[in-house]
Amino acid sequence: MSRLWRASPLTYGALLAAAFLSIFPIYWMFVVASRSSDAMGQVPPPVTPGGNLGANIARLFDNTDAYFLTGLINSAIVSTVVTASVVFFSTLAGFAFAKLRFRGRNALLLVIIATMMVPTQLGVIPLYMLMTKLNWNDRLPAVIVPALVTGFGVFMMRQYAGQAVSTELIEAARVDGCGTARIYWNVVLPALRPAAAVLGLLTFMTTWNDFLWPYAVLNDPENPTVQLSLRALSDGYYQDMSQVFTGTAIATLPLLLVFVLFGRQIIGGIMEGAVKA
Amino acid sequence: MSVQLDARPPVVPAATARPTRAHRLSRFDTRYSPYLYIAPFFLLFAVFGVYPLVYTFWVSLHDWDLLGSDHPFVGAENYTRLMADADFWHAVVNTLGIFVISTVPQLLAALWLANLLNRSLRARTGWRMAVLIPNVTSTAAVAIVFGVLFGREFGMVNWLLDLVGIDAVNWKSDRFASWVAISAMVDWRWTGYNALIFLAAMQAIPRDLYESAAIDGANRARQFWSITVPLLKPTIIFAVIISTIGGLQLFTEPRLFHSGTNPIRGGPLRESQTVTMYMFENAFAPHYNFGYGSAVAWLLFALIAVVAAVNVLIIRRLGGQTPGGRAAKGDLR
Repeated sequence: MSRLWRASPLTYGALLAAAFLSIFPIYWMFVVASRSSDAMGQVPPPVTPGGNLGANIARLFDNTDAYFLTGLINSAIVSTVVTASVVFFSTLAGFAFAKLRFRGRNALLLVIIATMMVPTQLGVIPLYMLMTKLNWNDRLPAVIVPALVTGFGVFMMRQYAGQAVSTELIEAARVDGCGTARIYWNVVLPALRPAAAVLGLLTFMTTWNDFLWPYAVLNDPENPTVQLSLRALSDGYYQDMSQVFTGTAIATLPLLLVFVLFGRQIIGGIMEGAVKA
Repeated sequence: MSVQLDARPPVVPAATARPTRAHRLSRFDTRYSPYLYIAPFFLLFAVFGVYPLVYTFWVSLHDWDLLGSDHPFVGAENYTRLMADADFWHAVVNTLGIFVISTVPQLLAALWLANLLNRSLRARTGWRMAVLIPNVTSTAAVAIVFGVLFGREFGMVNWLLDLVGIDAVNWKSDRFASWVAISAMVDWRWTGYNALIFLAAMQAIPRDLYESAAIDGANRARQFWSITVPLLKPTIIFAVIISTIGGLQLFTEPRLFHSGTNPIRGGPLRESQTVTMYMFENAFAPHYNFGYGSAVAWLLFALIAVVAAVNVLIIRRLGGQTPGGRAAKGDLR
């Protein structure tokens, strides 16, 4: 690390420009969210926060087209359940693939990797028909159940378990009479905790952001996810931009919060994943 | 993507003199519990991943809509109709156009950004977070914000263009301009992410390669193109494949970039309707023509496979011609 090239002022200048481009649209979203509805027509466009945030939030939650509060609650439910499930099943399967021996292991692992390359989004039409049959249309199970497992999660946990879980410890636990389930719970899961946390954060953010499938299957405007509430706001005939932006800002806030608190871990997870994949 | 497979000998359960019930139970446990642990993934994926994809093909061979009580088998009719469907080809051109003008600058900018980040920086994590932050924001929210930034009357982009004396651009209803605006949105989200992926790969390149190159008189730029880029090839291929799969299925950004009547068409004259949007328009509201929509889905699947393969070939060819790449690789082994 000590022999890295030194950064010149030019490097910092370029990075500063990149950081500005990255952050400005988010910042500006909060600016418009905190101003009155005529902010959009001003020349030059406003770039500093105003004092209207509270009023905008009140109007947003009163908006009878967006069902914004329902959207927030639904998104929280969906993201939490999906995250818990993905982390649980991925650590379980990742442990099995990394540390247990069974017939067909390598072939099945290749299947999992292949699933990561398949554009499953293209299966929305039969999935929609299936949900109609199950009578799940317009209801949260339709967006929760198909997301309960991911090939990415299993693969990521398998890669991490291979190096983080000590085989000797597993053998020692077996000699002491631990069953595989106890070993998973008492030995493997604690060792996987850092990677499982990153997987959980990434899954939460992806699920919170998901748009296409909820858009297809949740057609009841009174029962949206928060992203669908945003769509309802944005497609509205009469657009009050400060209210729309208040919506986008609130929908983005949980993600920003997670990122500010755990950004270091998320970056670590993405970069480690890149080297191993 | 290379996977290292573990090939250690099986763990033999401690042998006891007489097989007790507990012992048999534990044998059963070691032999079969792995299947139990991986079963949830395979079961759920079979039902909600594989089955829909395969069934899409079956549906595409039928005249099948939401309301019709029967759905007769029509063979390839949906596909032959699609081949002659000007709106479909229009969407294909839109998708490929947006894909090219977003992906090429995005990957180049990501390489450059990774190269900047791969220096001894103050506040390293801060810079990394700053470039990654677009990736964690909500896609729908960003699409709405960019829709306003690129507004014709009061958009900030047109205001900035006006400052330097360029006439207002009609970002929503000029075909090429709408491609550029949507590409800007995609690139804003993914450039930093790809930069971190490239940075991770750059950090794995041994420093002494650069030192010997410097002794041989290669300057910074030469080192970048002759050492860094060739050694990054596997990572670049990975990023290209992922961008292809994601980019050709583009939906949320163009869908929410447009508002007003019939936004699923991507503008009044379908200026930026992507193939996935066209699939949606046919398969769901207003038409609910599952058969035709499924045919669109399968052709998009084929398109993704072809474009991904072509891209990989192009990248392979490009990298293979760099003599420095070969030499550097030889050094590593």
